[in-house]
Amino acid sequence: MATINLLVNGRVIAAESGSSVAAAMLSSGITTFRTSVSGEPRAPLCGMGICFECRVTIEGQDHARSCQITVQDGMVITT
Amino acid sequence: MIIVVGAGPAGIAAARCVLECNLPVTVIDDNPAPGGQIWRGEAINLGAAQLLSGTRVVAIDGRARTVLTEGPGGPRTLHFSKLILATGSRELFLPFPGWTLPGVFGAGGIQALVKTGLHVAGKRIVVAGSGPLLLAVAALLRRRGADVRLIAEQARPAALFSFAAALLTNAAKLKEGAGFAWTLAGVPYATGAWVEAAEAEGHVRHVHLRQGNRRWVEECDYAAIGYGLVPNDELHSFAADSEHVIPVPTGDVDLATLEGAAAGYEAAGQPRPSAKLERARRFGAVLARAFALDPELRSLPKSDTFVCRCEDVTLERLCGWDSFRAAKLHTRCGMGPCQGRICGPAARFLFGWQDTSIRPPAFPVRIASLVTTTLATNGETS
Repeated sequence: MATINLLVNGRVIAAESGSSVAAAMLSSGITTFRTSVSGEPRAPLCGMGICFECRVTIEGQDHARSCQITVQDGMVITT
Repeated sequence: MIIVVGAGPAGIAAARCVLECNLPVTVIDDNPAPGGQIWRGEAINLGAAQLLSGTRVVAIDGRARTVLTEGPGGPRTLHFSKLILATGSRELFLPFPGWTLPGVFGAGGIQALVKTGLHVAGKRIVVAGSGPLLLAVAALLRRRGADVRLIAEQARPAALFSFAAALLTNAAKLKEGAGFAWTLAGVPYATGAWVEAAEAEGHVRHVHLRQGNRRWVEECDYAAIGYGLVPNDELHSFAADSEHVIPVPTGDVDLATLEGAAAGYEAAGQPRPSAKLERARRFGAVLARAFALDPELRSLPKSDTFVCRCEDVTLERLCGWDSFRAAKLHTRCGMGPCQGRICGPAARFLFGWQDTSIRPPAFPVRIASLVTTTLATNGETS
């Protein structure tokens, strides 16, 4: 499978093309996707676009559900 | 135009049956590609159906026969003659101390993530919760090289016996079960057992398990915990009284496919009775009884455990209210981005509350989408 690069919080991570953004981020060792209203770290729960715990900023779009979006080379992501 | 919402097994079957009746069909699906959760990542042939992927249905107007969607091309209003709602199921999550820690996934949740590229080779994983899905998930994890530490099933052996007996009458399910047993050889399967807590700073490192009076700790890199499935029926409530809207009951993949097909034929005006469907419904009922939740699971969350993870609302703050609506208004429980999809079913199990205040938009939506559609609608009527 072809490898592409993502830019997550300014750091380059490798991802397999066809992966979801959430799976690629988790596989690269990123554990925190967002901070909850009381300050807890949070990461994907449902994997299917329901729970919104995996939301990050993708290409400038806030609150994007990273489990529902497929990676693209050069994608810029902020947690 | 007949519109199908959802491109999982039920939606795909519905669309195929509409096409078989020589009618055009449009399929709207939230995921990047068709297949739903069961056939996620598999090649799906939808024939002549028009597929709108990455598209969510935000609202339904049963009288005007329109759906408002938000997708890659922005907002759209589509007209339908019949609308089939094949929105499938999500997992039931029960709150327990530590369930919000990174590394604690749903069982179906980790399955979906593995199917979209999550690497689990060498990871120690505890699978827990309830239902046959746990076996399918554990088998997938093991095939991908994970070290599945154990499967904790909340149902007790007596309840599971009725499931095993039903399995013996269903050759296909029996074969599938035997396949899982082969893949999972050596993995402990604890019945009447559940995860009481997940712990560590910033990420799960170990879980506390309980089986009756026996308690122990299991170290793990991930936990995959789901207590069965609940239907995604939010859209149904927007058009419950419309004769042009056909909701598809949910079930395992076989039942979903048969229910979807029945809905497709009905929408096309050519209903067909199916003995297979009746059999699958009976099997579904046996399944539901066998994996009914143990009332003891209501004591899983402690007073400071978050029940609503969007708004971080603790069990303690919910205890003073007598309905989900009252709890919502006073605590913001269920008012975050998931709109009560996670805490709603949990509160139903914990308190017996029904969420009766589901209104459009079904998902958080861009204001631009609402404005555009409102303008378009006003333009048409004036």
